[in-house]
Amino acid sequence: MKLLTHNMLTSKAIKGVQTGFPLNIVVKKTKTVETEFSSEFIQRMLPKLDWPAFLKAAQTLGVGSQLPDSPPTETTDETVLRSIHHALVEVEVIEGELICPETERKFPISNGIPNMLLNEDEI
Amino acid sequence: MARRPEYQAPPEIFYNESEAKKYSQNSRIIGIQSEMSERALELLALPEDAEGLFLLDIGCGSGLSGESISEQGHHWIGMDISAAMLEVAIDREVRGDLIMADMGDGVPFRAGTFDGAISISALQWLCNVDKSYHHPVKRLAKFFSGLYAALSRGSRAVFQFYPESGDQVDLITQQAMKAGFTGGLVIDYPNSAKAKKMFLVLFTGGQQRLPSALGTENEVNHAQFTKREKVRTRNSKNVKSRVEWIKEKKERRRKQGKEAKPDTKYTGRRRAGHGF
Ligand SMILES: C[S@@+](CC[C@H](N)C(=O)[O-])C[C@H]1O[C@@H](n2cnc3c(N)ncnc32)[C@H](O)[C@@H]1O
Repeated sequence: MKLLTHNMLTSKAIKGVQTGFPLNIVVKKTKTVETEFSSEFIQRMLPKLDWPAFLKAAQTLGVGSQLPDSPPTETTDETVLRSIHHALVEVEVIEGELICPETERKFPISNGIPNMLLNEDEI
Repeated sequence: MARRPEYQAPPEIFYNESEAKKYSQNSRIIGIQSEMSERALELLALPEDAEGLFLLDIGCGSGLSGESISEQGHHWIGMDISAAMLEVAIDREVRGDLIMADMGDGVPFRAGTFDGAISISALQWLCNVDKSYHHPVKRLAKFFSGLYAALSRGSRAVFQFYPESGDQVDLITQQAMKAGFTGGLVIDYPNSAKAKKMFLVLFTGGQQRLPSALGTENEVNHAQFTKREKVRTRNSKNVKSRVEWIKEKKERRRKQGKEAKPDTKYTGRRRAGHGF
């Protein structure tokens, strides 16, 4: 799971949960996969990102130190965009957990895939 | 004809390791899935020059459909209910990110996340009753309303699917409309038993023209669905514009000797602060 996915993912499918965002992350294992940098894509995603959630998640994964405190605006130099790219799409949680902020329900992440399946009594 | 997979077992059981293997090794299956994915992307009609859009692949399986998205320079998240299919996607090192989720429980993403969605050969599974508590209408409703919210305004979702009957098509399209989508069916090669392919093309931004189907010469090859009340047009004889209607009503009152405000350029205009 990339942090880009984490920044969009919610647990609101659980009955009674209002926003279910951001999910708390428990990290057991991460992996870094180099991917092609596209400033166009990062800039396109910036307005969609929940910045505080991204910062917190990046810190949990130990890749937050290079990131600015608030989302960069128009005049952004490439170094900043590259550090965002790195934290957003290159670092992946391979083993760990996501935790619903409202119900504490745990969703296991294994082999890089968060298991968001719900039980009968949760829907 | 082989028995439909949907009749054999729930998707998370049917798409087991051996079935999943076919989606990485059987070149015939790979060819068909990729071809349908490319057609779905074409029907999605993303802006020509846009690279790096963010799409959702629903029932992504081993990532064959997602790979077509990557080839066009876009990013994607895939969701699927089958662990075995997702494992194959991981082994194939697809570029998209994956989550395991049941689309019948909704689409677990924040509002406005995606610039579009595709789904290849998965939607018909939602009409199944695989668990005692499964209710297809409710699951379709949850799915489509969740999808509608997760898409950015003006974007589309395109589904290639295998409905078992016309009733099933109606069931699906009705729920899509209830969730707020417009759109309709595009049927490629409708006269060929082998090549015939059904696509449900959904719009979030109000009614638009459906793309034309392939393999059809001058015949009706798509069915647009619309809400009845939306079909009324201003130009048709019996329906008057709001302004005309108000002016005529005032005229009648004047003739009856009753009071009516004079007609001005503001007559019949909507007032600020009222949505419409
Ligand atoms: C025929 S496969 C197609 C996979 C992929 N789209 C492709 O073109 O190669 C159908 C996929 O739909 C998935 N599916 C079926 N029901 C589902 C559900 N309720 N939620 C999520 N995925 C589902 C199955 O697990 C399977 O991977």
